[in-house]
Amino acid sequence: MMRPNLPELRNLPEPIEFARRIRAHALRMVHAAKASHIGGCLSMAEILAVLYTRILRLDPAEPQSPSRDRFVLSKGHATAIMYATLAECGFFSLAELDTYCRDGSIFTGHVSHAVPGVEVSTGSLGHGLPIAIGMALAARSAGRGARVFCLLSDGECDEGSNWEGILFAPHHKLSNLCVIVDFNKIQSFGSVAEVLNLDPFAEKWKSFGWHVEEIDGHDVAALEKVLSAVPAASGKPTVVIAHTVKGKGVSFMENKLEWHYRSPSDELLAQALAEVGA
Amino acid sequence: MRTAFIESLSQAASENPDIWLLCGDLGYSVLEPFAAKFPERYLNVGVAEQNMAGIAAGIALSGKTVFIYSIGNFPTLRCLEQLRNDVCYHGADVKIVAVGAGYAYGSQGYTHHALEDAGIMSMLPGIEVFVPCDPAEVRAATRLIAASGKPSYLRLSRQGEPNLGAVVTDLRKPRILREGRDIVILASGPIASRALDAAGKLAGRGCHIGVVSVSCLKPLDEAAIRDAVRSASLVVTLEEHILRGGLFSLVAGVFAADAKRPPVMGLGIPEQGGKTSSAGSREALLDAAGLSVETIVARIEQSLAKR
Repeated sequence: MMRPNLPELRNLPEPIEFARRIRAHALRMVHAAKASHIGGCLSMAEILAVLYTRILRLDPAEPQSPSRDRFVLSKGHATAIMYATLAECGFFSLAELDTYCRDGSIFTGHVSHAVPGVEVSTGSLGHGLPIAIGMALAARSAGRGARVFCLLSDGECDEGSNWEGILFAPHHKLSNLCVIVDFNKIQSFGSVAEVLNLDPFAEKWKSFGWHVEEIDGHDVAALEKVLSAVPAASGKPTVVIAHTVKGKGVSFMENKLEWHYRSPSDELLAQALAEVGA
Repeated sequence: MRTAFIESLSQAASENPDIWLLCGDLGYSVLEPFAAKFPERYLNVGVAEQNMAGIAAGIALSGKTVFIYSIGNFPTLRCLEQLRNDVCYHGADVKIVAVGAGYAYGSQGYTHHALEDAGIMSMLPGIEVFVPCDPAEVRAATRLIAASGKPSYLRLSRQGEPNLGAVVTDLRKPRILREGRDIVILASGPIASRALDAAGKLAGRGCHIGVVSVSCLKPLDEAAIRDAVRSASLVVTLEEHILRGGLFSLVAGVFAADAKRPPVMGLGIPEQGGKTSSAGSREALLDAAGLSVETIVARIEQSLAKR
């Protein structure tokens, strides 16, 4: 039996409002913990918002239901906003976000499966897609209609393990698998174009046999449209290349490499929260 | 050993519909019976071990028991981080099966010699490690890991290995292949046959020498190891593996804190030190590594002469 969508269970807000909330939580968490990776959190806010309010069939009351959709966060460093998303969905209380990166907390700085609602721990890049492929194979075998979504960073597309998976999934016609690439154009040490150019990116996926969608990754309607189409009627796995802005929503963080690492001061946090409407 | 493995696995899979088998495009003339019988649970992933290990974790985290199979270093060292993070950290029910233990691939050369795998696998959290010495232990190990629900490593040699002892009653405990209490050789893997040959030669010289197969390296049954050597004046470990991290390290660790302990002499493969190995059969390479029956006998006699 299909799981109901979360909004039916939890009275969740519209994606734009949801994205506003999780951005604010993530900013507060990274500030309090003096943690890194806020830029890559902010670039994927709308992706998480649409997935969790519109797409994923999950039930926080039964997080291990065999028929659930799976979401694998492969860019495990962008975890503050992942935890914020799960808290907003009711997997645990919002108050628990205050323990992010604190001594003894389960809320580690790279995503941890000790946290309710998290499918797999990641953090070493290039691990999520093969795991997601395994889940998609098992889901297809089980025949319950579950789908698997996997969010990659652009920088982690440097990892060869991803390309093993990118070769594998179309060969096995894994139409219940959807990869989303948060293509914010900046990786750890510079721009993607400078460090290791991915272009022509869409053409690479196409030539490997994927159904490719290229959209504005901050456009919630576009995200909902392409993600709703999984499993793809073409019988191919889907990749959504989501063009995003690193640090999206906070003017002084947008497109700035340094916000892969820095945490905001008290003053900058206040400014950032004002900009995201918190 | 390969045949014993696939027969046992096929039997387990016929009883448990959740058992899957993945291979990294290796296993020609071995895996076909499983593939023919359970096509929906068999997958040749291609020459891509990182992907294979991650896929296995994903299937296992969906409630299945997944075996992955390839040669020596490929399903182990090549994808070590996937095994550490994706399999072991999650406690995923994945069984890593490597064929070609030690020098089993002889003349194929250094890339195909698995010399550090058992030690490295033993270091991973929550994994169980089995190094059977004969087909009987392979069958017992396959049955055991298929039902254990834990990440496991199974180290196989190749084919044609003889059974070295009577039935296996409890694979987790040392298995006595030859009674004898003055000197006890603890051996892991098919090289145990050389321990038996060496013991036979030493017996003619008045030594009561026992041979025990230790196939379960992790968890190591320390109490049973102590019991097996309780009257011994000398303990010898013998393995087709470098000494560091293997059976010798584990057994020496058992006794290290004891005020009164038996001497433990480790016989294994010397580290290569960056040198390439020469071509040769498994037997020739073992001999060259100082593990011929004659050398084993001589080293034990030297050790006894010093005492």
